[in-house]
This record gives sequence, C-alpha cells and structure tokens, in this order.
Amino acid sequence: MTVVAVLAMLFGCAFCLLAALGLLRFPDIFTRAHAASMAGLAGVGLILAGVALASSDPDVAAAVIVGIGFMALTGPVATHLLVRAALKTGTPAAPSTNIEK
Amino acid sequence: MIELTTDIAFAALGLGLLLVLVRIIRGPTLADRILALDLLTTLGAGIIGVFAIRSGEYLFVDVAVALVVISFVSTAAFARYLLSRSEK
Repeated sequence: MTVVAVLAMLFGCAFCLLAALGLLRFPDIFTRAHAASMAGLAGVGLILAGVALASSDPDVAAAVIVGIGFMALTGPVATHLLVRAALKTGTPAAPSTNIEK
Repeated sequence: MIELTTDIAFAALGLGLLLVLVRIIRGPTLADRILALDLLTTLGAGIIGVFAIRSGEYLFVDVAVALVVISFVSTAAFARYLLSRSEK
C-alpha cells in the first residue's frame, strides 16, 4: 500500500511541476490554460489519492473522494469560463496560431 | 520512504510555485495572471495534502479540499470581472 501511495504522490508532483513549466513556457493564454487545468485533476488528484492510501483511514479517503469529485466537476468549468472571457475580450493568440474561418 | 517522498514532493511543488510566480509577474495579459493564480491555489492544495502526511494531522486534507472549492469560486469571479471590464 505504501509503495502505491508513494508512486501516486511522485506522479502527482511530476504533473504539477510539468504544469507550472508549461504555464511558463507556452506562448499564449489558450495553450497555457491546457497546461494549468491538467494540473488540477491529474496532479493534485494523484497527490490527494496518495495521501488517502498512505493514511489507510476511511474518513480521509471519503474527504479525498469528495475533493477529487469536486475538482473533476469544477476544474474544466473554471478554465473554460476564463478562456472564454479571454477570447471575448480579444486576448491575442500566439502568432503561429492558424485560425480557419 | 514516506519521509523521502514528502521531501521530494515539497521540493517539486515549491519549484512549481516559483515558476508560477514568474508567470504572475511577467503577465503579459490579465487572463494569464488569473490562470497563474488558479494554478497557484491548486499547487497550494497539493502542498497542504503533502503536509498532512508529513505531520500526521489528516484534518489538513479537509483544508486542501476547501481551498480547491474557494479556488473555483475565485476563478469564476475573476472571469466575470474580465468580461465586465471590457464592456465599459
């Protein structure tokens, strides 16, 4: 059980770090939103799952399941709201973006 | 084994926070900063989760879940602000 928890936490941290790196390196808001929203469920979800496995306590597991479920519901909605607002207010895309009319 | 893992996790998440901070400072648009703030609170929830293991106080998991909830509300409010600001 401990090995699975450690693996989940390490993978979660890798996701979080890659998301932060993507937020820094990608060229515009639309590609950055992809990197940032991925961290919510994949990164922190895996870390919290690792916490639940390491604690082997049903109360902690229940809280983690509620948290992951809430993240799965709200994470994409929040990112979509923000990117839609950015698109409507005319935030420029990267020069290499190819928009088909 | 758990100790080493939490050390690595703290280092990785802390480095992530620094990278996000650079994006908040550099911008260049308001939407970028809002997105970076969203990721900042998400990474904060992750750090609280790791700290729950390290300290043995599993009540902190509830704090992490609450932070995720607040992060959604704040991002939605910022998105509405972004829309309403352009109408003026």
